Amino acid sequence: MIKLGLVGVGKMGISHLAILGAHPQVDVVAICDSATYITSVLRKHSGISTYKDFGTMLKECELDGLFIATPTSSHFDLAKTALENGLHLFVEKPLCLNAEQSEHLAKLAVEKHCVNQVGYHNRFIGTFREMQRLVQAGAIGDVYHVDGRAFGQVVIRPKPGLTWRSKKTEGGGCLHDYACHVLDLMNFVAGPPDDVISAQLQSIFSADIEDAVFATFRYPSGATGYLETNWSDESYRKMSTTITVFGTKGKLIADRQELRIYLRSGAEYGQYPAGWTIRYITDLQSPVNYYLRGEEYSAQIDSFVESIQARNFKPENSFASAAQTDRIIDQIAQMGKNS
Amino acid sequence: MALQRILFGDNQFFGVNHMSEDKARAQAMKFNNTQSIMRVLDYAYESGIKVFMCTTYDQVGDIADIVRDNPDKYPDFEFYPCMPYAHKFANSLGEVGILETLKRFSPSSVMGTLIRGATSVITQDVEKVMQLLIDAELKQFRDVSTPVIFLQNVVTDLLLGLKFYDMLGAFHRYIRDKYKAEAGFITMNLPLLTKVLKEQGIENAIVCANINKIGFRMCGGIEEYRNVIQKGDFRVVAMSVLASGAIPPKEAIKWACELDGLHSIVFGASSPANIRNTRDLIASYWNL
Repeated sequence: MIKLGLVGVGKMGISHLAILGAHPQVDVVAICDSATYITSVLRKHSGISTYKDFGTMLKECELDGLFIATPTSSHFDLAKTALENGLHLFVEKPLCLNAEQSEHLAKLAVEKHCVNQVGYHNRFIGTFREMQRLVQAGAIGDVYHVDGRAFGQVVIRPKPGLTWRSKKTEGGGCLHDYACHVLDLMNFVAGPPDDVISAQLQSIFSADIEDAVFATFRYPSGATGYLETNWSDESYRKMSTTITVFGTKGKLIADRQELRIYLRSGAEYGQYPAGWTIRYITDLQSPVNYYLRGEEYSAQIDSFVESIQARNFKPENSFASAAQTDRIIDQIAQMGKNS
Repeated sequence: MALQRILFGDNQFFGVNHMSEDKARAQAMKFNNTQSIMRVLDYAYESGIKVFMCTTYDQVGDIADIVRDNPDKYPDFEFYPCMPYAHKFANSLGEVGILETLKRFSPSSVMGTLIRGATSVITQDVEKVMQLLIDAELKQFRDVSTPVIFLQNVVTDLLLGLKFYDMLGAFHRYIRDKYKAEAGFITMNLPLLTKVLKEQGIENAIVCANINKIGFRMCGGIEEYRNVIQKGDFRVVAMSVLASGAIPPKEAIKWACELDGLHSIVFGASSPANIRNTRDLIASYWNL
């Protein structure tokens, strides 16, 4: 059994805790959070030891690995301490609030032989995985444009500002909390861009943070990219993310439910004929042993556990890969502030 | 009151489609008001489907009002509410945190007192907090028939993963004692749920899960599901039989109806022809 701890029992922490609880190879032995009204409920009903202080937890518990699901501003210090203690680490996205810190953690994790993974769960959705496979295999020829968009109804009125998510300094805002998913998916599918060409941040209802992000990119190949995210669009019931990749031989459009493939005549690829093919999540997603909110949340944890067992220190969504995403976030933040 | 065998679902009314976001959006546009939903419900009712199994969206309150105000037209209309509407809570958690969310969704002053008094009270009495939230969700169904009340899969499965097994029993008891109704549990993890319910001494419970020929979202695998259904220890309701359209309707329904021991099927449709065809297909396989 792999012994794991968890710091931060908010929305994501609780979700991870449930998935870990159902995992046959994992034993969650300790939980840490400053909110005692949550930890005492967990202690009472699940019997897991709970801590208010991170240092005490590390001292008292023998852990193999740790999940960090605290506000982003605290990730660096917690992750650094955990790595120095030799713990395998799963950290919620984004990794840090600046790319230097993320790069430092990526290096440290490799030095300490610790498995290191960030919670960009969209990479475990079957439609996006098949899209990535097709792009990397050259099925649509040379990629000349990548388009990533996400819309949803996270902030649809002025926020009372009661949680860290409405504070810029703690990692709140559409860029760090929402657009990061789209940027990471674009990196996953087409590799990271060289440069951010332009960026705009727009506040719609929020006071301290942006609610929409617009940016353009230039890729090493000369390809262009466009990002549009807006979490103040009530017409979407939940977050809806779409990636479109344009290539010289065809085009791919993916969201979490379907993958649409258009191949030019003469560019048939494997099972895909020329013209349109549509594939659905029902045949693209591998099953998981326990389902909570989507296969991807369980699949990313299965992958983390397998990496620990196989001593694979460069898993999907490694710190190094998340640091590339943080590098772009930094550039957008900088450019958006000046625009 | 017995658990009905053919139930009418609500995904098509509220922009939920597990296979296509375009389709979901088109449906949300089509059903942008209560009248358009009522027209379809009327058709289902006239076709002999007496149960509307629905998430506790705010808009469902308007539908309950219409049914309550027209007893002559809907003498045996039944709601099977499924609670809670999870996105409402999830969005609120991100926005205002756990304590404010609890206050926001329970108009009862008891909740305010629980939270204001001392946070330790919440800790000691999670069951009481759950009861207040259930009362708030079910308010809109007062004076209409709700013989079965379901816990949504996101909560059932969360409790399973957290090993808060006693809360499943608490839900079951509260629904029985306060609402004189039967509790049902929706899940994506049917084999795990039924094992836990048995251990908790909850016999012959109503459980609802994805059950389809291609094994879509059937955690534990299709064979395990078949075993649970066949054993007959639970009354199993199949949802997502068509896997959001991945399986042709006739083939999908034939497969489900031939499962030995399956109690009920819930399906959603928006055109009169689809409602009638699906209902007739199930009825013919089951000799209803």
